[in-house]
Amino acid sequence: MTDRAIDTAAASPGLRQRLAGVPLLVWLALAWLGGMIAVALLADLVSPYSYTAPNLRNRLVAPGHPLHWLGTDELGRDVLSRLIASIRISLLIAFGASLMSAVVGTTLGFLAAYFRGFVEQVVLMLADFQASMPFLIMALAVLAFFGSSLPLLIGLMGLFGWERYARISRGLAIAASAQGYASAVTQLGASPTRVYLKHILPNIASTLIVSMTLVFPEVILLESGLSFLGLGVQPPMTSLGNMVGYGREYITRAPWIMLAPALTIVVTTLAVSILGDWLRDRLDPTLR
Amino acid sequence: MLRFFALRLLRALITIGLVVTFAFVVLRLSGDPALIILGPESAPEAIAAFRKAWGLDEPLWRQYFSYFGAIAQGELGRSMRDGRAAMDLVAERIPATLALTIPALIIKIGIGIPAGIIAALNRGSLTDRLVMLLSVAGFTVPSFVLGLVLVLIFAVHLGWLPSGGQDSWRHAILPIATLGIGGAAVLARFTRSAMLEVLGQPYVRTASAKGVPWRQVVIGHALPNATIPTVTIIGFMVGSLIAGAVVVESVFSWPGVGRLLVVAVSNRDLAVVQCILLLVAATMVVSNLIVDFLYGFLDPRLRHAGGRSGS
Amino acid sequence: MISLVTARDLARTYQLRRGLFGRPVAVRAVDGVSLHVGAGETLGIVGESGSGKSTLGRMVLGLEKPDGGTVAFDGAPMPEPFTAAWRRARARMQMIYQDPLGALDRRLTVLDQVAEPLAIHGRGLAVERNEKALAMLGRVGLSRHVVMRYPHELSGGQRQRVVLARALMTDPAFLVCDEPVSALDVSIQAQVVNLLVDLQESLGIAMLFISHDLRVVRQVSRRVAVMYLGRIVEEGDADELFATPQHPYTRALVSAAPAPGSKRERIILTGEPPNPAARPPGCAFHPRCPLAEGRCREATPALTTLGGGRRVACHVVAGPAAANREAA
Repeated sequence: MTDRAIDTAAASPGLRQRLAGVPLLVWLALAWLGGMIAVALLADLVSPYSYTAPNLRNRLVAPGHPLHWLGTDELGRDVLSRLIASIRISLLIAFGASLMSAVVGTTLGFLAAYFRGFVEQVVLMLADFQASMPFLIMALAVLAFFGSSLPLLIGLMGLFGWERYARISRGLAIAASAQGYASAVTQLGASPTRVYLKHILPNIASTLIVSMTLVFPEVILLESGLSFLGLGVQPPMTSLGNMVGYGREYITRAPWIMLAPALTIVVTTLAVSILGDWLRDRLDPTLR
Repeated sequence: MLRFFALRLLRALITIGLVVTFAFVVLRLSGDPALIILGPESAPEAIAAFRKAWGLDEPLWRQYFSYFGAIAQGELGRSMRDGRAAMDLVAERIPATLALTIPALIIKIGIGIPAGIIAALNRGSLTDRLVMLLSVAGFTVPSFVLGLVLVLIFAVHLGWLPSGGQDSWRHAILPIATLGIGGAAVLARFTRSAMLEVLGQPYVRTASAKGVPWRQVVIGHALPNATIPTVTIIGFMVGSLIAGAVVVESVFSWPGVGRLLVVAVSNRDLAVVQCILLLVAATMVVSNLIVDFLYGFLDPRLRHAGGRSGS
Repeated sequence: MISLVTARDLARTYQLRRGLFGRPVAVRAVDGVSLHVGAGETLGIVGESGSGKSTLGRMVLGLEKPDGGTVAFDGAPMPEPFTAAWRRARARMQMIYQDPLGALDRRLTVLDQVAEPLAIHGRGLAVERNEKALAMLGRVGLSRHVVMRYPHELSGGQRQRVVLARALMTDPAFLVCDEPVSALDVSIQAQVVNLLVDLQESLGIAMLFISHDLRVVRQVSRRVAVMYLGRIVEEGDADELFATPQHPYTRALVSAAPAPGSKRERIILTGEPPNPAARPPGCAFHPRCPLAEGRCREATPALTTLGGGRRVACHVVAGPAAANREAA
């Protein structure tokens, strides 16, 4: 068997080599996101005070105070504690919504790819429609009709960007099932569910994950925008956009109330974008 | 060609139809439309007349069609706050919004496109890096943060400009700047990648290899082709002239359509919300149509659609 | 011999659209092909690209629904594609592809892929499936240290062995091999072909072996059918057909791939290569045929039996024989 000796050449590079190629900026982005997730998960442990607890003796304290590192607001509530609580809510919404839109979009894309014909046309038409309407306006309309609540907000955000996953997964699934491994597995007698979930999905997952890193920062911006307008997360609950909107009133006397969450939003979206760009270059150069 | 435009027109009509359907479904799911549109304090006979006019006592599919009919006739209901026609309420706000968004659009195009082209032509240079950095910043900094930071600097610290209101042209500077800077960043990034893609095409490389002066290659070959994708995003920006100012108008208390929408949503003034929704959809659809027509003239391959698209 | 697979008058037409507004052109990829494969027998199909041989293979295997004609497997008609019955039937008939890398999932290990057919058809526990897969991998000549690798880490020959092992897992009675070795290095082709022949004989599998390469087909098949533009032009016992080709097209093919020691003159075909979208009237081969006569341009010749199991579709060659038979 001469052909047995030929291979092993294409073996993958070692883990250490791969890690060495990661640029510093990506490490920083990863560190920031890791920190954010840790803060969100451990919010109750790392938070110095309850985010709703007023302290009337220390109102509008500037950052750098020994008891309140990031200062307090006009009710004397600790800005750092409020920031931590906001990060938790904002990340919950962003993760929940991104995951939802990925699932919804991929499912619709797969259905379009499997049934083709009428189903495909309907999915594509809805995707066109979704892409051509400003999402903020649609979201505002829904909130006007139903009022704001956390589940509705996550559900609404979960519709953001579905059309991108739908288009991508449809295209890739059609390409995969027209030739190659998917048709080979179909030919073995596998059911469509098996072909799509066990074979096509793992093969296109990297592309979907990259698109998720593109959608994720937009979800954060959208949620913070809605909350800023007072139409997203409702008090006493707090989110990053909420804090900015609230801090706006004190912009002359206590700009730190607004700047702390604003900076968090900017750095987080920046970190996800850096990570997304890097992943895209590594995993899937065809996406833009 | 004709078939191409007919298809686009059909798609535009379908989009409008979907928006109306969306409004119908959401309206129907959220309660009694008569009470919602007219407001709970309306006279009973007005409600009865409304029900009859809109056919609320009929089966759902007929209601659906009468809803379409009513909207086609411009019957968009009245604001439940002051009882005025929603359409008038929205219409009188449009000039204020355009006063912000049109100058902002000029800034976006005037800065974004040249910046993108220069960055692409000097790929990897310091200018390119600077443009990319700024455009990434433009994407990651939400407009309300940018607006507030500008307020902090120019209104609070320096005291040069007012922080909100609509009393003089000076009030418009900060909102226009906020809208323009963010959009310019997006457009610069887009133009740059469109340009880079065109510059990498074989025909551009062939032209420069044949000794055509680089300047002529750029002006004669690269720019016209890079225009095509850029037109799409400008079209989207034109389409969102009305919708794009929601957040910025709120930051600067600018009495435009966007501010009206936010107030209407918090008051659940549904007739006004529905009216703005349709207005936005209409501008979006019309600008998309214009983009499609422009495409037809800019892209010779589409102009001869059906022919062999090799070239 | 009892027929395992019987195809009658298979036809498949594709609608080819030229440009966005072009009128669709009907392309007859396969046009009235009948064949049968006995249990444990190998039928070779030879033809150039565009002869419809791959489409024929897909229809015989039930992967594509013919526009006309029928396929029967083991006496029962082929189920509608992609139905539950069709999926169950897959366990008994399998396909070997030209591009083994494309046919394998690059995200799964060799072992997982080979064990998968058993999982699909719900046979055995996971442990038993893996054991069977290991045994089968050994049988196709792959050593244990490749079983946990991924397809891209294997050589072309190893990949094709994996595809073969996967196809044999459910003990199929029928195998369609579509150009199974043409993507492999010449040195490895012989190994894979020998393996195929060995397994086919020891397991008693019937095979439809499709290739453009006469030498490979001769090595594998007992009977051979030659296709030209969607029709079988000659069919017969492999050794006899290659020794005394009758149809002018077969003669040209055989002369282009001479057997060792033969000193036959090489026939060079002239004219356009076959294009299924512009199929000449009458005998599709007549524009390139050195023997073409007037009737070849008008009437399509039918397959005529010459004796000894040889069938030929040619007015000129079969003419006397057919005339004799009619007279008798």
